[in-house]
Amino acid sequence: MNGPFDFALALGDDALIAAQRLGDWTSRAPEMEEDVALTNIALDQLGAARLLLTYAGELEGAGRDEDALAYLRDDREFRNCLLVELPNGDFAVTVAKLFFLSAYQLPLYAALAGCGDERLAAIGAKARKESAYHLDHASLWVRRLGDGTAESHRRMQAAVDQVWPYVHELFAPFPGAPVDPTTLRAAFDAAVDPVLAEATLARPADGWAPAGGRDGLHTEHLSYLLTEMQVLHRAHPGAQW
Amino acid sequence: MTEQSPLWEVFVRARRGLAHTHVGSLHAPDAELALRNARDLYTRRQEGVSIWVVSAGAITASSPDEKDAFFDPAADKVYRHPTFYEVPDGVAHL
Repeated sequence: MNGPFDFALALGDDALIAAQRLGDWTSRAPEMEEDVALTNIALDQLGAARLLLTYAGELEGAGRDEDALAYLRDDREFRNCLLVELPNGDFAVTVAKLFFLSAYQLPLYAALAGCGDERLAAIGAKARKESAYHLDHASLWVRRLGDGTAESHRRMQAAVDQVWPYVHELFAPFPGAPVDPTTLRAAFDAAVDPVLAEATLARPADGWAPAGGRDGLHTEHLSYLLTEMQVLHRAHPGAQW
Repeated sequence: MTEQSPLWEVFVRARRGLAHTHVGSLHAPDAELALRNARDLYTRRQEGVSIWVVSAGAITASSPDEKDAFFDPAADKVYRHPTFYEVPDGVAHL
């Protein structure tokens, strides 16, 4: 890992894979209103992914555009964190994933907005407002499910426990990046801890911390996701709507 | 969520200076989520700068059965309309 290209690629892949996972909820959310909300968030992530991957392609200078990067790489070439590729699970797991992802993306994009790279700063300035809404939306559900019925509490706690180990990877050092991810952890904790407390959920102990996504070492889930996401473009190269 | 969440009526103000206008309704478990859902459903294309949500149960509405008693008596009272004034010359937008 080094430099702006890898960094833009990593953030773009985070957003792209998150969008693809959230898109699975379209027409399947518990209610129509939530369906629209999750789809909106998925589209926000996709928008950020397009900007970041386009810029990554320019930084690389090898003639790859957003489509080439999104559709024509294999799993080992993807640089997204493991958190976003995990299966959606039940609604609580989806909410937990979105909660932790947005609590990371919000301070990340805010820091990007003030960085020296003009393009990344512009992307950060646009995406931070969207991330603030994603965090707000996820927080509402964490509080409602955690402090809801006995069953919703049980499921929300199980989801938080299941997803928690994957948050540590987000704050690993990233050599050559314009924003040092280790500096984002305090803002993440400040966003997450009060919501968990209000939701009567226990903050899991830090222990097992799987990583490798930034080096292209993924869970098996990513391969299946990519197969579905890329099949059309690989069968009909250059296909457009 | 097998039973459906309560119904909320949504009012959106399109611009500063205009009144909130009823735009539709939605389902949500509580007011806070109703507001978020309204944002997603009714202001996707910059339709508004302010949203109100009101529990549908909190609205007392006139009944269609009472339409005659409520509204018809106004029909033949033309003197309530400002149609008996001379419009001065040069007033284009009265």
